[in-house]
Amino acid sequence: MAKPKVGFYWCASCGGCEEAVVDLAEAVLDVVQVVDIAFWPCATDFKRSDVEAMADGEMAACFVNGAIRSSEQQEMADLCRRKSQLLVAFGSCSHTGGVPGMANMYTRQAILEAVYTDGEFSTVNAEKAFPSAHVSRPEGQLELPTLDESVKALDQVVVVDYYLPGCPPPVKLIVEAVTAIVEGKLPPRGSVLAPDVAQCRDCPRIDSKPEEAFIKQFVRPHQIHIDPEKCFLAQGLLCLGPATRSGCDHACIKGNMPCTGCLGPLSRATDYGAAAMSAIASLVGSNDARQIGAIMDQIADPAGTFYRYSLPASQLFRRLEPAANGGQQR
Amino acid sequence: MSETSHSAAELGASTEGFQPRIVAFFCNWCTYTASDLAGVSRLQYAPNARIIRVMCSGRLDPQFVLVALRQGADGVLIGGCHPGDCHYQEGNYKCLRRYELLRRLLGQMGIEPQRVRLEWISASEGDRVREAINEMTEQLRRLGPLRLASIPTPHRHEVLSPVKRAGRPVLAKAE
Amino acid sequence: MIRQHPQVRIGVYVCHCGTNIAGTVDVMELTAFAATLPNVALAREYRYMCSDPGQELLKRDIREHHLERIVVAACSPNLHEKTFRKAAEDAGLNPFLVQMANIREHVAWVTADRELALAKAKAQVAAAVRRVVGHEPLERKFVSITPRVMVVGGGIAGIQAALTLGDSGKEVILVEREPTIGGHMAMFDKTFPTLDCAACILTPKMTAVKDHPKIRLLSLSEVAEVSGSVGNYHVKVRRKARYISEERCVGCMKCIEECVFRSPKFPNAFDQGLGLRKPVYMPFPQAVPPVPVIDAETCLWLKSGKCKQTCVTACGERNAIDFQQQDWYEEFDVGAIIVATGFRAFDPTPMRFYGYGQFPQVYSALEVERLLNAAGPTQGKVVLRDGSVPKRVGIVHCIGSRDHNYHPYCSRVCCMYSLKLAHLIKEKTGAEVTNFYIDIRAPGKAFEEFFERVQQEGVRFIRGKVGDVRPGPPDENGQPQGLVVQVDDTLRGRVTKVPVDMLVLAVALEPAEGADAVRRMFNMSCSTEGFFLEKHPKLAPVNTVNDGVFLAGACQGPKDIPDTVAQADAAAAQALALIDCARIPLEPNTAWVEAELCSGCKTCIPLCPYSAISRDPEKGVAVIDESLCKGCGTCVAACPSGAAQQHLFTDAQIYDEIEGILSYV
Repeated sequence: MAKPKVGFYWCASCGGCEEAVVDLAEAVLDVVQVVDIAFWPCATDFKRSDVEAMADGEMAACFVNGAIRSSEQQEMADLCRRKSQLLVAFGSCSHTGGVPGMANMYTRQAILEAVYTDGEFSTVNAEKAFPSAHVSRPEGQLELPTLDESVKALDQVVVVDYYLPGCPPPVKLIVEAVTAIVEGKLPPRGSVLAPDVAQCRDCPRIDSKPEEAFIKQFVRPHQIHIDPEKCFLAQGLLCLGPATRSGCDHACIKGNMPCTGCLGPLSRATDYGAAAMSAIASLVGSNDARQIGAIMDQIADPAGTFYRYSLPASQLFRRLEPAANGGQQR
Repeated sequence: MSETSHSAAELGASTEGFQPRIVAFFCNWCTYTASDLAGVSRLQYAPNARIIRVMCSGRLDPQFVLVALRQGADGVLIGGCHPGDCHYQEGNYKCLRRYELLRRLLGQMGIEPQRVRLEWISASEGDRVREAINEMTEQLRRLGPLRLASIPTPHRHEVLSPVKRAGRPVLAKAE
Repeated sequence: MIRQHPQVRIGVYVCHCGTNIAGTVDVMELTAFAATLPNVALAREYRYMCSDPGQELLKRDIREHHLERIVVAACSPNLHEKTFRKAAEDAGLNPFLVQMANIREHVAWVTADRELALAKAKAQVAAAVRRVVGHEPLERKFVSITPRVMVVGGGIAGIQAALTLGDSGKEVILVEREPTIGGHMAMFDKTFPTLDCAACILTPKMTAVKDHPKIRLLSLSEVAEVSGSVGNYHVKVRRKARYISEERCVGCMKCIEECVFRSPKFPNAFDQGLGLRKPVYMPFPQAVPPVPVIDAETCLWLKSGKCKQTCVTACGERNAIDFQQQDWYEEFDVGAIIVATGFRAFDPTPMRFYGYGQFPQVYSALEVERLLNAAGPTQGKVVLRDGSVPKRVGIVHCIGSRDHNYHPYCSRVCCMYSLKLAHLIKEKTGAEVTNFYIDIRAPGKAFEEFFERVQQEGVRFIRGKVGDVRPGPPDENGQPQGLVVQVDDTLRGRVTKVPVDMLVLAVALEPAEGADAVRRMFNMSCSTEGFFLEKHPKLAPVNTVNDGVFLAGACQGPKDIPDTVAQADAAAAQALALIDCARIPLEPNTAWVEAELCSGCKTCIPLCPYSAISRDPEKGVAVIDESLCKGCGTCVAACPSGAAQQHLFTDAQIYDEIEGILSYV
């Protein structure tokens, strides 16, 4: 019997998800033993035409990482969708928009100007080139992909069958997912392939979390010597573990860094950031409006903190009345 | 009627123009009762607030606010007992803590602060219900509709619709 | 984004409430709209849904049309939710599958524009229809009741309530913060309009309290802490040191006679400071308990440790005097609480132009009550501070009442007590008495007759506000004679000056000192002026929003003695009805935690004001003790996992409501 074909593709991503596949290490051999990699442009020389040549649904599964921001990514997402029986959103960016999703705090125009014309970044652009769909060069006309106004999660452009969350997805979850696909032991379509219980379950530090409204201040990791055993929230560090799925074996927490929420919301949350905010704000130890306000002011960037990986998948999706100053409070 | 309040005719009678929609979460013991009192006292006020009763303002989850805005509310009004007067001792303070963080986030997201408002209104303050709703309606009318960017059509399998699953006792309960 | 629900059969009932709703909201149109909503099997309108035929209609439909959910669009659920739940239950439907849409208080009564009223009503109905789909059948839980009542405040209201309850065989704990019960009524000489002697009708009741086998009287005591809820309150009472043992004292008063202070030297608060007392004293002779009290502020021994302790010697073998006594706490379990903490007389000092506190001839009404009282500082003689008998007396009404600078409300009793004082002063002194009034309010039984009688007795009435009070013209020694009252006589249309020797200010009744702390302790609401708020002004006048806590007397608002006594008996009856049930049903809106979804993050634990949440150490998840949960839902809102949920207010139900309220209109 022919081995099932699988594909990997990347959209707006950092490449970390590809690294995660590589991180499978020896396990990747087990994977290759049971599946045929039919498409993986990052690692091997596949062309778009190779995929287009496939029959619809020819791939058993395609793992797409990265958020969707350009017309090309949209086309590839459509293509991967058409050619695979199962489309898996791989990693935070395709799951909930991820770090690139924070670009939804800005307009497309503001971002392009910052990069190409304002000189805020180090890009050398003597010709004052500016992205455009049609470019004329002596060699001929070029049709280039366009950048969308907003960053989207994968399921905001195509139907997604499963989600492998994480930035990047933990190796253990990848192996479990592939095994489940190969063995046909998948949960209902639409499921997130990670435990539907928050980080605090089995967190090695949970016993040191106080059972009172204890938060008197918020600090950032560089401001204190972090106690390697004590609950981060008890140290004033914003740990989003209470609102975030488990499945990473507390990788950050064990590395003495608070959870930033990459594995995304529990299935009952309608908005990851708001759910996390409710849990954390409730534990602020003051009943005085001014004092509460002063404590909240210590959170430098609430949107970037609570929607670090999920702004496109949030209820608000993007900043309203996009302004050039981006996320700055007015 | 105080000078700052507006007659219902001024606020509501015009059929043209923008009618903001406010979702009002009122706690059962103070603000909901106060709006009952406003009714009994026949205080006329803007019909723009639609009231959802919760037992305590402490039940107010910031997710409700965002979902209401997403689903078409131009503003959200939260009403609870005055500080120190919560029927459940301190639920209003917990609401306040969430509100203080939420409004900072909303500011960052470009949502005007007038759109999400927390008011302490006791059971005897029917007139405060009128004032708060009239005032907020007027402010929202000036701001215009909340035009959230529409989320691209969700391509979700039914099982994942989180709204649907939230709070449905999916598992057998003990006992 | 409208979510599909499994098909359920909903019946929607739109109530006209006569013209209360139908006068503003187009009920036909609303009903037609309701019929178009998903899952609605049947929509009807009816003139009065709460009437018997209305309820019968609902019951019949449930049976005949197999309705599985009910929405009643009518008045506030605070008014009739129970009615319709009961009707559904009678027809075999779980009562918690009923939802009300408030289109009367929240729509019809507050909206002038018919079209906008209809739109708002549609939204509220759509929300209810959408939400009720996700309702679940729930069971009521019951708690047993401690058959004991605490009465807080030992004025006439508290005394009456305690006696009624005690006579019915229930245990009563009566808590009074002063050294004696009796309250304000004990200060009065006569009561209006019958002019019966206050002491003659009150002291037998006070004695009855003292001797009642079912009543435990805690004088000099204050409630310090209240926990628990209806049926099972736990109250901590602070017992203040009296320095005389109530058990050993026989009330012989020898200690008072033999005190090193040979004569009374300190102002007696009970006499409004007009009379004097010793450091050891009885507030008044008929005090109950009939035990003297030692005032630590003025007692030489307690103050300085230097005294011959002649009182101890006088007490002798009875050994009742106990200087070692300190405040202590006692705790009680009670099923119901009656709050009867009374009122405070308004202090007119801030109203400078009446001269209270500046001119010795100006008295507050309560001071005059003491002067008139045979057991008072002047043995019932109406004399001025210089000992002279006034020949001309003015009584100014509405001091601090009906005055937007002080209290906008009418204190209800001042007109009548002013008439009483006018009568008594005239009777005792033959003085010419003038009432300065705005309106005479005499609407009670035999009140108008009393007003006429006082007029016939020759008491003068000038309708108008007093604008100024100044010293009278000087006599031959250059001393000012009496006072001159300047009044805007509105009937004659001119400013008149009236010379008086004595001026009585008919002061307002305001919330008692510490009322706000009492209110918070018992979890009650108050009106803007600070009087405790009844649950419903007409249908639940002695109940409060806190079940099991009832109101009696002037703490709820100014009232006279007959009304107070009637209300005290009503409160006693309500308390009795409650504690006689043996058990009461609880609202099922408690919270629970789905253990499998809970990460044990402990967010909810500190949020519960009732310590109902704990962490199961083995499973590492939160557990809610439903018997302690009061159903606020604060833990539910904070749970980032959606593991904590609240019956009747699940996340899904609230999301449904949000969706319904915005999806159609």
